[in-house]
Amino acid sequence: MVKFLQRCYVYLIFVFLYMPIAVLMVYSFNDSRSRGTWGGFTLRWYVELFQDRTIMTSLYYTLLIGVSASLIATIIGTVAALGIHNSRGWKKKLVMNVTYIPVLNPDIVTAISLMILFVFARVRLGFVTLLLAHITFNIPYVILSVLPKLRQLNKHLYEAALDLGATPGQAFWKVIIPEIMPGIVTGMLLAFTLSIDDFVVSFFTTGSGVSTLSITAYSMARRGINPKINALSTIMFVFVLVLLVIVNIRQEREHKKGRGGKNGSKRQDRGYSSEFGDSQFGSEWV
Amino acid sequence: MRKSSAMVPYLIWMALFIVIPLLLVVYYAFTVTTPEGTTWSFENFTRFFEPIYLRVLWRSLALALISTLICLLLGYPVAMIMAGNAFSRKNVIMLLFVVPMWMNFLLRTYAWLAILERNGFLNVLLSSLSLPRLNILYTNAAVILGMVYNFLPFMVLPIYSVLSKIDKGVVEAAGDLGANSVKVFTRVIFPLSLPGVVSGITMVFMPALTTFVISRLLGGGQFTLIGNLIEQQFLVVGDWGFGSAISMVMIILILLSMAIMSFFEDEDKEATLW
Repeated sequence: MVKFLQRCYVYLIFVFLYMPIAVLMVYSFNDSRSRGTWGGFTLRWYVELFQDRTIMTSLYYTLLIGVSASLIATIIGTVAALGIHNSRGWKKKLVMNVTYIPVLNPDIVTAISLMILFVFARVRLGFVTLLLAHITFNIPYVILSVLPKLRQLNKHLYEAALDLGATPGQAFWKVIIPEIMPGIVTGMLLAFTLSIDDFVVSFFTTGSGVSTLSITAYSMARRGINPKINALSTIMFVFVLVLLVIVNIRQEREHKKGRGGKNGSKRQDRGYSSEFGDSQFGSEWV
Repeated sequence: MRKSSAMVPYLIWMALFIVIPLLLVVYYAFTVTTPEGTTWSFENFTRFFEPIYLRVLWRSLALALISTLICLLLGYPVAMIMAGNAFSRKNVIMLLFVVPMWMNFLLRTYAWLAILERNGFLNVLLSSLSLPRLNILYTNAAVILGMVYNFLPFMVLPIYSVLSKIDKGVVEAAGDLGANSVKVFTRVIFPLSLPGVVSGITMVFMPALTTFVISRLLGGGQFTLIGNLIEQQFLVVGDWGFGSAISMVMIILILLSMAIMSFFEDEDKEATLW
Protein backbone atom coordinates (compact mmCIF):
# COMPACT_ATOMS: atom_id res chain seq x y z
CA MET A 1 0.00 0.00 0.00
CA VAL A 2 2.79 2.39 0.93
CA LYS A 3 4.61 1.36 -2.22
CA PHE A 4 1.49 2.03 -4.25
CA LEU A 5 1.17 5.55 -2.82
CA GLN A 6 4.85 6.17 -3.41
CA ARG A 7 4.54 5.14 -7.02
CA CYS A 8 1.47 7.32 -7.48
CA TYR A 9 3.39 10.32 -6.14
CA VAL A 10 6.27 9.78 -8.53
CA TYR A 11 3.85 9.27 -11.44
CA LEU A 12 2.13 12.54 -10.53
CA ILE A 13 5.48 14.33 -10.68
CA PHE A 14 6.06 12.72 -14.07
CA VAL A 15 2.71 14.04 -15.25
CA PHE A 16 3.82 17.50 -14.11
CA LEU A 17 7.13 17.15 -15.97
CA TYR A 18 5.75 15.70 -19.20
CA MET A 19 2.38 17.39 -19.52
CA PRO A 20 3.68 20.64 -21.05
CA ILE A 21 5.75 18.76 -23.60
CA ALA A 22 2.85 16.45 -24.41
CA VAL A 23 0.46 19.40 -24.79
CA LEU A 24 2.86 21.09 -27.22
CA MET A 25 3.20 17.90 -29.22
CA VAL A 26 -0.56 17.39 -29.47
CA TYR A 27 -1.14 21.04 -30.41
CA SER A 28 1.48 20.79 -33.12
CA PHE A 29 -0.88 18.42 -34.97
CA ASN A 30 -3.97 20.49 -34.24
CA ASP A 31 -5.72 21.93 -37.27
CA SER A 32 -7.20 24.88 -35.42
CA ARG A 33 -5.83 28.32 -34.75
CA SER A 34 -7.55 28.61 -31.41
CA ARG A 35 -5.50 26.31 -29.25
CA GLY A 36 -8.24 25.27 -26.91
CA THR A 37 -10.26 23.28 -29.39
CA TRP A 38 -9.25 20.26 -31.40
CA GLY A 39 -9.81 20.91 -35.07
CA GLY A 40 -8.57 17.61 -36.43
CA PHE A 41 -5.20 16.16 -37.28
CA THR A 42 -2.93 18.11 -39.59
CA LEU A 43 0.70 18.37 -40.65
CA ARG A 44 0.12 21.94 -41.81
CA TRP A 45 2.33 23.51 -39.12
CA TYR A 46 5.20 21.23 -40.03
CA VAL A 47 4.90 22.24 -43.67
CA GLU A 48 4.76 25.91 -42.72
CA LEU A 49 7.69 25.41 -40.38
CA PHE A 50 9.88 24.11 -43.17
CA GLN A 51 8.75 26.91 -45.48
CA ASP A 52 9.56 29.59 -42.92
CA ARG A 53 12.76 31.22 -44.13
CA THR A 54 13.65 32.75 -40.72
CA ILE A 55 13.31 29.47 -38.87
CA MET A 56 15.25 27.53 -41.48
CA THR A 57 18.10 30.06 -41.41
CA SER A 58 18.24 29.85 -37.63
CA LEU A 59 18.25 26.06 -37.84
CA TYR A 60 21.21 26.30 -40.20
CA TYR A 61 23.08 28.62 -37.82
CA THR A 62 22.20 26.50 -34.80
CA LEU A 63 23.63 23.37 -36.36
CA LEU A 64 26.65 25.16 -37.85
CA ILE A 65 27.51 26.80 -34.52
CA GLY A 66 26.76 23.59 -32.60
CA VAL A 67 29.00 21.42 -34.78
CA SER A 68 31.90 23.85 -35.15
CA ALA A 69 31.86 25.06 -31.54
CA SER A 70 31.78 21.53 -30.16
CA LEU A 71 34.55 20.35 -32.51
CA ILE A 72 36.88 23.26 -31.71
CA ALA A 73 36.06 23.08 -28.01
CA THR A 74 36.79 19.35 -28.04
CA ILE A 75 40.22 19.86 -29.59
CA ILE A 76 41.24 22.73 -27.28
CA GLY A 77 39.66 21.02 -24.27
CA THR A 78 41.30 17.63 -24.85
CA VAL A 79 44.74 19.18 -25.30
CA ALA A 80 44.16 21.31 -22.21
CA ALA A 81 43.06 18.27 -20.22
CA LEU A 82 46.29 16.48 -21.14
CA GLY A 83 48.25 19.50 -19.95
CA ILE A 84 46.25 19.83 -16.74
CA HIS A 85 46.68 16.14 -16.02
CA ASN A 86 50.44 16.51 -16.24
CA SER A 87 50.69 19.70 -14.20
CA ARG A 88 51.06 19.90 -10.45
CA GLY A 89 50.66 22.28 -7.54
CA TRP A 90 49.48 25.86 -7.80
CA LYS A 91 49.46 25.81 -11.58
CA LYS A 92 46.93 23.00 -11.66
CA LYS A 93 44.81 24.69 -8.99
CA LEU A 94 44.83 27.96 -10.90
CA VAL A 95 43.77 26.34 -14.17
CA MET A 96 41.02 24.31 -12.52
CA ASN A 97 39.69 27.43 -10.83
CA VAL A 98 39.61 29.28 -14.15
CA THR A 99 37.87 26.25 -15.67
CA TYR A 100 35.14 26.47 -13.07
CA ILE A 101 34.42 30.17 -13.62
CA PRO A 102 32.11 29.73 -16.63
CA VAL A 103 30.57 26.64 -15.03
CA LEU A 104 29.66 28.51 -11.86
CA ASN A 105 28.96 31.96 -13.27
CA PRO A 106 25.33 32.67 -14.05
CA ASP A 107 24.72 32.50 -17.81
CA ILE A 108 23.74 36.12 -17.94
CA VAL A 109 27.05 37.26 -16.44
CA THR A 110 29.06 35.18 -18.92
CA ALA A 111 26.86 36.62 -21.64
CA ILE A 112 27.17 40.30 -20.78
CA SER A 113 30.89 40.06 -20.05
CA LEU A 114 31.51 38.55 -23.49
CA MET A 115 29.29 41.15 -25.09
CA ILE A 116 31.28 43.92 -23.38
CA LEU A 117 34.52 42.34 -24.60
CA PHE A 118 33.38 42.10 -28.20
CA VAL A 119 32.00 45.61 -28.33
CA PHE A 120 35.03 46.96 -26.47
CA ALA A 121 37.38 45.25 -28.95
CA ARG A 122 35.22 46.53 -31.82
CA VAL A 123 34.43 43.08 -33.15
CA ARG A 124 31.15 43.25 -35.01
CA LEU A 125 28.54 41.12 -33.24
CA GLY A 126 27.49 38.25 -35.46
CA PHE A 127 28.51 34.77 -36.46
CA VAL A 128 32.14 35.04 -35.29
CA THR A 129 31.30 36.38 -31.84
CA LEU A 130 28.57 33.78 -31.44
CA LEU A 131 31.02 31.01 -32.31
CA LEU A 132 33.72 32.35 -29.96
CA ALA A 133 31.21 32.61 -27.12
CA HIS A 134 29.96 29.05 -27.65
CA ILE A 135 33.47 27.64 -27.76
CA THR A 136 34.26 29.48 -24.53
CA PHE A 137 31.42 28.04 -22.50
CA ASN A 138 31.88 24.58 -24.05
CA ILE A 139 35.57 24.01 -23.33
CA PRO A 140 35.25 23.52 -19.55
CA TYR A 141 32.72 20.74 -20.06
CA VAL A 142 35.02 18.92 -22.45
CA ILE A 143 37.87 19.20 -19.93
CA LEU A 144 35.66 17.94 -17.12
CA SER A 145 34.68 14.96 -19.30
CA VAL A 146 38.21 14.04 -20.38
CA LEU A 147 40.03 14.51 -17.04
CA PRO A 148 38.39 11.57 -15.24
CA LYS A 149 39.36 9.29 -18.14
CA LEU A 150 42.97 10.45 -17.87
CA ARG A 151 42.91 9.75 -14.17
CA GLN A 152 41.72 6.21 -14.77
CA LEU A 153 44.48 5.68 -17.29
CA ASN A 154 47.21 3.25 -16.29
CA LYS A 155 50.34 5.35 -15.86
CA HIS A 156 52.61 2.68 -17.26
CA LEU A 157 50.64 2.18 -20.46
CA TYR A 158 52.53 4.94 -22.25
CA GLU A 159 55.91 3.65 -21.10
CA ALA A 160 54.96 0.10 -22.06
CA ALA A 161 54.15 1.32 -25.57
CA LEU A 162 57.55 3.04 -25.77
CA ASP A 163 59.31 -0.09 -24.49
CA LEU A 164 57.58 -2.11 -27.17
CA GLY A 165 59.12 0.14 -29.80
CA ALA A 166 56.48 2.77 -30.43
CA THR A 167 57.60 6.31 -31.09
CA PRO A 168 56.19 8.91 -28.65
CA GLY A 169 53.81 10.00 -31.39
CA GLN A 170 52.58 6.47 -32.02
CA ALA A 171 52.24 5.81 -28.29
CA PHE A 172 50.13 8.92 -27.96
CA TRP A 173 47.87 8.40 -30.98
CA LYS A 174 47.55 4.60 -30.79
CA VAL A 175 47.47 4.07 -27.03
CA ILE A 176 46.54 7.18 -25.07
CA ILE A 177 43.92 8.65 -27.39
CA PRO A 178 41.94 5.40 -27.83
CA GLU A 179 41.99 4.93 -24.05
CA ILE A 180 40.47 8.36 -23.35
CA MET A 181 38.23 8.35 -26.44
CA PRO A 182 34.99 7.69 -24.51
CA GLY A 183 35.62 10.84 -22.46
CA ILE A 184 36.36 12.87 -25.56
CA VAL A 185 33.20 11.72 -27.34
CA THR A 186 31.03 12.30 -24.29
CA GLY A 187 32.55 15.76 -23.92
CA MET A 188 31.83 16.56 -27.54
CA LEU A 189 28.23 15.37 -27.36
CA LEU A 190 27.77 17.36 -24.17
CA ALA A 191 29.25 20.45 -25.81
CA PHE A 192 27.01 20.01 -28.85
CA THR A 193 23.88 19.69 -26.72
CA LEU A 194 24.82 22.69 -24.58
CA SER A 195 25.42 24.69 -27.69
CA ILE A 196 22.04 23.82 -29.18
CA ASP A 197 20.30 24.40 -25.88
CA ASP A 198 21.88 27.75 -25.15
CA PHE A 199 19.78 30.84 -25.28
CA VAL A 200 21.14 33.46 -22.89
CA VAL A 201 24.74 33.65 -24.11
CA SER A 202 23.67 33.56 -27.78
CA PHE A 203 21.07 36.25 -27.18
CA PHE A 204 23.70 38.73 -25.98
CA THR A 205 26.58 37.85 -28.29
CA THR A 206 24.86 37.68 -31.66
CA GLY A 207 24.23 40.52 -34.05
CA SER A 208 21.59 41.33 -36.60
CA GLY A 209 21.01 38.71 -39.25
CA VAL A 210 22.47 35.81 -37.29
CA SER A 211 19.99 34.01 -35.08
CA THR A 212 19.80 30.58 -33.50
CA LEU A 213 16.64 28.54 -33.05
CA SER A 214 16.44 29.53 -29.37
CA ILE A 215 16.59 33.21 -30.23
CA THR A 216 14.00 32.87 -32.98
CA ALA A 217 11.71 30.88 -30.70
CA TYR A 218 12.11 33.55 -28.01
CA SER A 219 11.16 36.41 -30.27
CA MET A 220 8.18 34.45 -31.60
CA ALA A 221 7.09 33.36 -28.12
CA ARG A 222 7.11 36.95 -26.91
CA ARG A 223 4.38 37.63 -29.42
CA GLY A 224 2.33 34.74 -28.00
CA ILE A 225 1.62 31.17 -28.98
CA ASN A 226 2.60 30.10 -32.46
CA PRO A 227 1.73 26.65 -33.82
CA LYS A 228 5.00 26.61 -35.76
CA ILE A 229 6.95 26.74 -32.50
CA ASN A 230 4.91 23.78 -31.29
CA ALA A 231 6.00 21.82 -34.34
CA LEU A 232 9.57 22.97 -33.85
CA SER A 233 9.50 21.90 -30.18
CA THR A 234 8.23 18.47 -31.13
CA ILE A 235 11.01 17.96 -33.64
CA MET A 236 13.67 19.21 -31.24
CA PHE A 237 12.41 17.05 -28.41
CA VAL A 238 12.45 13.94 -30.56
CA PHE A 239 15.92 14.83 -31.82
CA VAL A 240 17.32 15.34 -28.32
CA LEU A 241 15.63 12.14 -27.18
CA VAL A 242 17.42 10.19 -29.91
CA LEU A 243 20.72 11.83 -28.96
CA LEU A 244 20.15 10.98 -25.32
CA VAL A 245 19.39 7.35 -26.11
CA ILE A 246 22.64 7.12 -28.08
CA VAL A 247 24.63 8.62 -25.18
CA ASN A 248 23.01 6.20 -22.79
CA ILE A 249 23.65 3.16 -24.92
CA ARG A 250 27.28 4.24 -25.05
CA GLN A 251 27.36 4.46 -21.29
CA GLU A 252 25.73 1.10 -20.84
CA ARG A 253 28.48 -0.40 -22.96
CA GLU A 254 31.08 1.51 -20.97
CA HIS A 255 29.51 0.27 -17.80
CA LYS A 256 29.72 -3.32 -18.95
CA LYS A 257 33.36 -2.86 -19.84
CA GLY A 258 34.14 -1.69 -16.34
CA ARG A 259 33.54 1.41 -14.34
CA GLY A 260 30.92 3.57 -16.02
CA GLY A 261 31.99 6.71 -17.74
CA LYS A 262 30.35 9.98 -17.33
CA ASN A 263 26.91 10.99 -18.03
CA GLY A 264 25.90 13.78 -20.24
CA SER A 265 24.28 16.08 -17.80
CA LYS A 266 23.15 19.54 -18.52
CA ARG A 267 25.02 22.71 -18.07
CA GLN A 268 22.90 23.76 -15.18
CA ASP A 269 24.37 21.03 -12.98
CA ARG A 270 27.14 23.49 -12.26
CA GLY A 271 26.67 23.81 -8.50
CA TYR A 272 26.47 20.12 -8.05
CA SER A 273 29.47 19.15 -10.11
CA SER A 274 31.66 21.74 -8.48
CA GLU A 275 30.76 20.64 -5.01
CA PHE A 276 31.53 17.06 -5.68
CA GLY A 277 34.74 17.66 -7.58
CA ASP A 278 35.34 17.14 -11.22
CA SER A 279 36.11 13.45 -10.84
CA GLN A 280 32.48 12.79 -10.09
CA PHE A 281 31.18 15.37 -12.50
CA GLY A 282 27.67 14.24 -13.13
CA SER A 283 28.56 10.64 -12.52
CA GLU A 284 25.47 10.05 -10.44
CA TRP A 285 23.16 11.32 -13.13
CA VAL A 286 20.76 9.22 -15.12
CA MET B 1 52.19 13.69 -23.37
CA ARG B 2 54.28 14.51 -20.35
CA LYS B 3 54.24 18.24 -20.83
CA SER B 4 51.99 20.58 -18.94
CA SER B 5 52.63 23.22 -21.60
CA ALA B 6 49.79 21.62 -23.56
CA MET B 7 47.42 23.77 -21.58
CA VAL B 8 48.94 27.06 -22.75
CA PRO B 9 46.53 27.61 -25.69
CA TYR B 10 43.63 26.94 -23.34
CA LEU B 11 44.98 29.38 -20.77
CA ILE B 12 45.35 32.08 -23.40
CA TRP B 13 41.80 31.41 -24.56
CA MET B 14 40.38 31.59 -21.06
CA ALA B 15 42.36 34.73 -20.22
CA LEU B 16 40.96 36.38 -23.33
CA PHE B 17 37.35 35.26 -23.11
CA ILE B 18 36.73 34.72 -19.41
CA VAL B 19 39.16 36.70 -17.27
CA ILE B 20 39.45 39.90 -19.30
CA PRO B 21 35.67 40.16 -19.87
CA LEU B 22 35.06 39.85 -16.13
CA LEU B 23 37.68 42.53 -15.46
CA LEU B 24 35.88 44.72 -17.99
CA VAL B 25 32.64 44.20 -16.05
CA VAL B 26 34.40 45.37 -12.89
CA TYR B 27 35.87 48.34 -14.78
CA TYR B 28 32.51 49.45 -16.13
CA ALA B 29 30.84 48.98 -12.75
CA PHE B 30 33.25 51.35 -11.04
CA THR B 31 33.43 54.06 -13.69
CA VAL B 32 31.07 56.74 -14.88
CA THR B 33 31.40 58.31 -18.28
CA THR B 34 30.31 61.90 -18.70
CA PRO B 35 30.98 64.24 -21.63
CA GLU B 36 34.04 65.44 -19.70
CA GLY B 37 35.56 61.99 -19.57
CA THR B 38 35.59 58.76 -17.57
CA THR B 39 36.05 58.81 -13.81
CA TRP B 40 36.13 56.22 -11.06
CA SER B 41 32.97 56.26 -9.05
CA PHE B 42 30.63 54.27 -6.81
CA GLU B 43 27.65 55.95 -8.40
CA ASN B 44 26.47 52.82 -10.20
CA PHE B 45 26.30 50.96 -6.91
CA THR B 46 24.65 53.71 -4.90
CA ARG B 47 22.04 53.97 -7.63
CA PHE B 48 21.19 50.30 -7.17
CA PHE B 49 20.16 51.04 -3.59
CA GLU B 50 17.32 53.29 -4.69
CA PRO B 51 13.90 51.94 -3.65
CA ILE B 52 12.74 50.91 -7.16
CA TYR B 53 15.79 48.73 -7.69
CA LEU B 54 15.79 47.37 -4.15
CA ARG B 55 12.22 46.27 -4.77
CA VAL B 56 13.37 44.35 -7.85
CA LEU B 57 16.15 42.74 -5.82
CA TRP B 58 13.71 41.85 -3.06
CA ARG B 59 11.22 40.37 -5.51
CA SER B 60 13.93 38.30 -7.20
CA LEU B 61 15.17 36.95 -3.88
CA ALA B 62 11.65 36.19 -2.68
CA LEU B 63 10.60 34.37 -5.86
CA ALA B 64 13.86 32.40 -5.97
CA LEU B 65 13.52 31.40 -2.31
CA ILE B 66 9.87 30.37 -2.69
CA SER B 67 10.66 28.28 -5.77
CA THR B 68 13.60 26.66 -4.02
CA LEU B 69 11.43 25.79 -1.05
CA ILE B 70 8.68 24.30 -3.25
CA CYS B 71 11.31 22.31 -5.16
CA LEU B 72 12.65 20.96 -1.87
CA LEU B 73 9.21 20.01 -0.57
CA LEU B 74 8.19 18.37 -3.86
CA GLY B 75 11.58 16.90 -4.67
CA TYR B 76 12.74 15.38 -1.41
CA PRO B 77 9.96 12.75 -1.32
CA VAL B 78 10.66 11.93 -4.98
CA ALA B 79 14.34 11.39 -4.23
CA MET B 80 13.49 9.26 -1.20
CA ILE B 81 11.01 7.11 -3.07
CA MET B 82 13.46 6.58 -5.92
CA ALA B 83 16.23 5.66 -3.50
CA GLY B 84 13.85 3.20 -1.79
CA ASN B 85 12.48 0.01 -3.26
CA ALA B 86 9.19 1.17 -4.77
CA PHE B 87 10.53 0.73 -8.29
CA SER B 88 12.31 -2.28 -9.64
CA ARG B 89 13.80 -0.56 -12.69
CA LYS B 90 15.43 2.47 -11.11
CA ASN B 91 17.57 3.32 -14.13
CA VAL B 92 14.53 3.75 -16.34
CA ILE B 93 12.79 5.90 -13.74
CA MET B 94 15.84 8.13 -13.34
CA LEU B 95 16.16 8.42 -17.10
CA LEU B 96 12.50 9.43 -17.37
CA PHE B 97 13.25 12.10 -14.82
CA VAL B 98 16.16 13.52 -16.77
CA VAL B 99 14.66 13.47 -20.28
CA PRO B 100 12.52 16.65 -19.94
CA MET B 101 15.64 18.53 -18.86
CA TRP B 102 17.13 17.87 -22.24
CA MET B 103 14.39 19.71 -23.99
CA ASN B 104 15.40 23.24 -24.86
CA PHE B 105 14.99 25.41 -21.76
CA LEU B 106 13.24 28.12 -23.71
CA LEU B 107 10.73 25.76 -25.31
CA ARG B 108 10.03 24.14 -21.94
CA THR B 109 9.09 27.54 -20.56
CA TYR B 110 7.13 28.39 -23.68
CA ALA B 111 5.11 25.20 -23.21
CA TRP B 112 3.60 26.64 -20.05
CA LEU B 113 2.41 29.59 -22.07
CA ALA B 114 0.28 27.21 -24.10
CA ILE B 115 -1.12 25.67 -20.93
CA LEU B 116 -1.76 28.77 -18.84
CA GLU B 117 -3.06 31.28 -21.36
CA ARG B 118 -6.67 32.43 -21.39
CA ASN B 119 -7.83 29.81 -23.88
CA GLY B 120 -5.06 27.40 -23.05
CA PHE B 121 -5.08 23.76 -22.11
CA LEU B 122 -5.70 24.34 -18.41
CA ASN B 123 -8.75 26.53 -18.91
CA VAL B 124 -10.22 24.22 -21.53
CA LEU B 125 -9.75 21.36 -19.10
CA LEU B 126 -11.26 23.33 -16.22
CA SER B 127 -14.30 24.48 -18.14
CA SER B 128 -14.93 21.01 -19.53
CA LEU B 129 -15.10 19.88 -15.91
CA SER B 130 -17.36 22.93 -15.36
CA LEU B 131 -14.89 24.41 -12.90
CA PRO B 132 -14.11 28.13 -12.71
CA ARG B 133 -11.38 29.38 -15.07
CA LEU B 134 -7.95 30.25 -13.77
CA ASN B 135 -5.96 33.17 -15.09
CA ILE B 136 -2.55 32.94 -13.52
CA LEU B 137 -0.46 33.77 -16.58
CA TYR B 138 1.55 36.97 -16.12
CA THR B 139 1.48 36.75 -12.32
CA ASN B 140 3.95 35.75 -9.60
CA ALA B 141 2.37 32.32 -9.50
CA ALA B 142 3.18 31.66 -13.15
CA VAL B 143 6.80 32.72 -12.68
CA ILE B 144 7.19 30.45 -9.65
CA LEU B 145 5.54 27.60 -11.54
CA GLY B 146 7.98 28.09 -14.40
CA MET B 147 10.94 28.07 -12.03
CA VAL B 148 9.78 24.96 -10.18
CA TYR B 149 9.13 23.18 -13.45
CA ASN B 150 12.52 24.02 -14.91
CA PHE B 151 14.63 23.44 -11.84
CA LEU B 152 12.92 20.60 -9.95
CA PRO B 153 15.28 17.92 -11.35
CA PHE B 154 18.26 19.86 -10.00
CA MET B 155 16.86 19.39 -6.53
CA VAL B 156 15.93 15.73 -6.90
CA LEU B 157 19.12 14.39 -8.49
CA PRO B 158 21.71 15.44 -5.87
CA ILE B 159 19.45 14.38 -3.01
CA TYR B 160 18.80 11.07 -4.70
CA SER B 161 22.49 10.44 -5.25
CA VAL B 162 23.26 11.02 -1.55
CA LEU B 163 20.26 9.04 -0.31
CA SER B 164 21.05 6.03 -2.47
CA LYS B 165 24.52 5.86 -0.94
CA ILE B 166 23.30 5.73 2.67
CA ASP B 167 24.25 2.44 4.31
CA LYS B 168 21.03 0.45 4.79
CA GLY B 169 22.59 -1.03 7.93
CA VAL B 170 22.54 2.37 9.64
CA VAL B 171 18.82 2.71 9.02
CA GLU B 172 18.14 -0.82 10.22
CA ALA B 173 20.29 -0.27 13.30
CA ALA B 174 18.26 2.80 14.20
CA GLY B 175 15.10 0.72 13.92
CA ASP B 176 16.59 -2.11 16.01
CA LEU B 177 17.53 0.39 18.67
CA GLY B 178 13.88 1.36 18.99
CA ALA B 179 13.47 4.42 16.79
CA ASN B 180 10.11 4.67 15.07
CA SER B 181 10.02 5.58 11.38
CA VAL B 182 9.57 9.31 12.08
CA LYS B 183 12.63 9.29 14.33
CA VAL B 184 14.64 7.27 11.85
CA PHE B 185 13.91 9.95 9.30
CA THR B 186 14.52 13.04 11.44
CA ARG B 187 17.55 11.71 13.31
CA VAL B 188 19.24 9.47 10.74
CA ILE B 189 18.14 9.76 7.12
CA PHE B 190 17.62 13.51 6.87
CA PRO B 191 20.89 14.51 8.59
CA LEU B 192 22.79 12.10 6.38
CA SER B 193 21.16 13.51 3.25
CA LEU B 194 22.05 17.13 4.09
CA PRO B 195 24.95 17.41 1.62
CA GLY B 196 22.54 16.50 -1.19
CA VAL B 197 19.94 18.96 0.11
CA VAL B 198 22.56 21.69 0.26
CA SER B 199 23.74 21.20 -3.32
CA GLY B 200 20.14 20.85 -4.48
CA ILE B 201 19.23 24.17 -2.88
CA THR B 202 22.25 25.88 -4.43
CA MET B 203 21.49 24.44 -7.84
CA VAL B 204 17.89 25.62 -7.81
CA PHE B 205 18.43 28.95 -6.10
CA MET B 206 21.20 30.19 -8.40
CA PRO B 207 19.45 29.86 -11.77
CA ALA B 208 16.15 30.96 -10.22
CA LEU B 209 17.76 34.15 -8.97
CA THR B 210 19.42 35.01 -12.27
CA THR B 211 16.78 34.02 -14.83
CA PHE B 212 15.26 36.60 -17.11
CA VAL B 213 13.58 34.31 -19.62
CA ILE B 214 11.02 32.77 -17.29
CA SER B 215 9.95 36.13 -15.89
CA ARG B 216 9.78 37.64 -19.37
CA LEU B 217 7.71 34.89 -20.94
CA LEU B 218 5.47 33.89 -18.04
CA GLY B 219 5.53 37.12 -16.07
CA GLY B 220 4.81 39.32 -19.04
CA GLY B 221 6.67 42.47 -20.01
CA GLN B 222 5.91 44.53 -16.93
CA PHE B 223 7.41 41.94 -14.63
CA THR B 224 10.98 42.79 -13.73
CA LEU B 225 13.46 40.57 -11.94
CA ILE B 226 17.13 41.28 -11.41
CA GLY B 227 17.97 39.33 -14.59
CA ASN B 228 15.53 41.45 -16.61
CA LEU B 229 17.08 44.57 -15.15
CA ILE B 230 20.52 43.53 -16.36
CA GLU B 231 19.15 42.61 -19.78
CA GLN B 232 17.45 46.00 -20.08
CA GLN B 233 20.58 47.92 -19.12
CA PHE B 234 22.62 46.20 -21.79
CA LEU B 235 20.16 45.77 -24.63
CA VAL B 236 17.63 48.58 -24.21
CA VAL B 237 19.01 51.41 -22.09
CA GLY B 238 22.65 50.93 -23.01
CA ASP B 239 23.89 51.82 -19.52
CA TRP B 240 26.76 49.36 -19.21
CA GLY B 241 28.04 50.83 -15.97
CA PHE B 242 24.79 50.27 -14.13
CA GLY B 243 24.28 46.86 -15.77
CA SER B 244 27.78 45.80 -14.72
CA ALA B 245 27.18 47.00 -11.17
CA ILE B 246 23.97 44.96 -10.94
CA SER B 247 25.82 41.92 -12.33
CA MET B 248 28.47 42.35 -9.65
CA VAL B 249 25.84 42.58 -6.93
CA MET B 250 24.33 39.38 -8.30
CA ILE B 251 27.68 37.58 -8.29
CA ILE B 252 28.26 38.69 -4.71
CA LEU B 253 24.82 37.42 -3.73
CA ILE B 254 25.57 34.07 -5.30
CA LEU B 255 28.98 33.80 -3.67
CA LEU B 256 27.35 34.69 -0.35
CA SER B 257 24.67 32.04 -0.70
CA MET B 258 27.30 29.48 -1.69
CA ALA B 259 29.39 30.40 1.34
CA ILE B 260 26.35 30.02 3.59
CA MET B 261 25.53 26.67 2.03
CA SER B 262 29.07 25.33 2.37
CA PHE B 263 29.04 26.47 5.99
CA PHE B 264 26.02 24.25 6.59
CA GLU B 265 27.71 21.43 4.81
CA ASP B 266 30.84 21.67 6.95
CA GLU B 267 28.71 21.73 10.08
CA ASP B 268 27.18 18.52 8.95
CA LYS B 269 30.51 16.89 8.25
CA GLU B 270 31.67 17.76 11.74
CA ALA B 271 28.50 16.42 13.23
CA THR B 272 28.94 13.06 11.56
CA LEU B 273 32.59 12.82 12.51
CA TRP B 274 32.07 11.65 16.08
